[in-house]
Amino acid sequence: MFKRANLPAEASIFLVLVGIAVLFEIIGWLVVGQSFLGNSKRLVIMILQVSIIGIIAVGVTQVIITAGIDLSGGAVLALAAMVAASLAQSADAFSPVYPDLLGLPVIIPVAAGIMVGAACGWANGSITAYTGIPPFIATLGMLVTARALAVLYTEGQPVYSLSDSFSVIGSGAWPVAIFFVVAILFHLILNHTKYGKHTYAIGSNEKAARIAGINVKRHKILVYTIAGSLSGLAGVIMCSRATIGQSGMGMMYELDAISAVVIGGTSLFGGRGRISGTVIGVCILGVITSGFTFLRIDFYYQEIAKGMIIVTAVMLDQHRQKLRRERSV
Amino acid sequence: MSIQDDIILRTDNLTKHYGGVHALEDACFTLRKGEHVAIVGDNGAGKSTFVRQITGVEQPTSGDIFFEGKRVEFNSPLEAREAGIESVFQDLALCNHLDVPSNLFLGREEILFNLGPFSILNEKKMMQKAHAVLEKTAIKIPNLNNQVGDMSGGQRQCVAISRSASFASKLIIMDEPTAALGVQETTQVENIIRGLKQQEVPLILISHNLRQVFNLVDKIWVFRRGRIVGEVNAADTDGNEIVSMITGVTRGVHDNASYI
Repeated sequence: MFKRANLPAEASIFLVLVGIAVLFEIIGWLVVGQSFLGNSKRLVIMILQVSIIGIIAVGVTQVIITAGIDLSGGAVLALAAMVAASLAQSADAFSPVYPDLLGLPVIIPVAAGIMVGAACGWANGSITAYTGIPPFIATLGMLVTARALAVLYTEGQPVYSLSDSFSVIGSGAWPVAIFFVVAILFHLILNHTKYGKHTYAIGSNEKAARIAGINVKRHKILVYTIAGSLSGLAGVIMCSRATIGQSGMGMMYELDAISAVVIGGTSLFGGRGRISGTVIGVCILGVITSGFTFLRIDFYYQEIAKGMIIVTAVMLDQHRQKLRRERSV
Repeated sequence: MSIQDDIILRTDNLTKHYGGVHALEDACFTLRKGEHVAIVGDNGAGKSTFVRQITGVEQPTSGDIFFEGKRVEFNSPLEAREAGIESVFQDLALCNHLDVPSNLFLGREEILFNLGPFSILNEKKMMQKAHAVLEKTAIKIPNLNNQVGDMSGGQRQCVAISRSASFASKLIIMDEPTAALGVQETTQVENIIRGLKQQEVPLILISHNLRQVFNLVDKIWVFRRGRIVGEVNAADTDGNEIVSMITGVTRGVHDNASYI
């Protein structure tokens, strides 16, 4: 007999992804008169658009598995982008941020961006772990602070003239490749390492995790630091791709990242969630954006659709969990 | 000195006040190597308070705890655990979203390749060990890969007890381990406790079930109104005497007591 309970959670989300894509395909033929999926260029752009959000979402997934939340992704991205861009200016840059630090090797701006992200994440984690302030508030504070710091960094001026070698990181399909490498890496880490096991344990039952000898505070700080580093990496890629650093970058990305995580089946109550689900969630966001653009439907309708899909996804997931519990009793 | 060396746990005048409530007064308790004892008493007699002091959940108002001859002060359950005192809590302390081996090995995972916090787990070894541990307890859990949260109360209790039993080095404390279990599951838990006796792992059992107490332990400590009112060998007493001590009412009254 066909047992639905044995299907991985990703299977049903994947079906939703396919369903939405097919829907756009059908409407595409009926309304626009061309194929939605048949255009490989569109598929690449589709994933490109969401790969930066996807990198943030990989970090957010881990935070949410610990029953936390990270609202600071987009702002941390902007701060990291500004710092990385300021260290990536080419030798012939006009009015550079640091006139003495031009034409540096690529590794320096990349490392700096990731470190800035890591520092923000570390602050998020430390505040959450040691003061008992809910992560919602701690990371909300970081959202506001990091965005303000990004503006303050150059007093609102964009950072131009990034070196060619730095711009390679964001060019072509590189962001997609980096996204997939990050996703696969953390998928393996979550499933096969002590770090992963403890992340799930803390989200599932923090008290039990503490009694079992896990250093919950230190572990949370590590999880938030990783999430911050990934936001930093996203910032590096974003300014490299745009060949400019702007303090307004990544506005609202944290919400898209959280949406992707939640659509991907990660429970906001902690203990349950997978990177593979998040990747599919990110792809769903990409298909929706791309599909609506393809059908030339207004941006606002797109946002409405996104909002409804997020709520529906959580509702379906809760229903699924309820069925599972009833079946097991 | 030999009698001293024999003692695993001793408390001297252990006292706990919650504001004006004297939950535990001058408790002097000893536990010897390999000994299985029960703590019995009415609700509010101080049993759980006593256990909370020796497992580091709370810190006593006054009095001393000696573990293996050394004076100890546990500031957290973790410190007690690291010293070798394992507790099976009433609320089990399992991670519902994790499978059986993950719960059994939580915090002391088998490592395949050491990379600090990112050490790679030896899942195969943990699964094999989990099978071995659970085989001893004769508990039937169809698929160890299932999440613990999806299992029955009995299965969960057995996982929790197996965890303590398989790692307990020096002392296990069980607070009402069978209170929520069916007949068959209770028997299984009792068999685990008998196994611990054979392995000479000392045990403190808190139970309301006097039949179970008489079946399992060597010695019974009776608590009443925050004080220890008796210490008797299970072989030298009977249910009536214990009930009299628990209630403070003279014998003869409880001939038809239903819980014996």
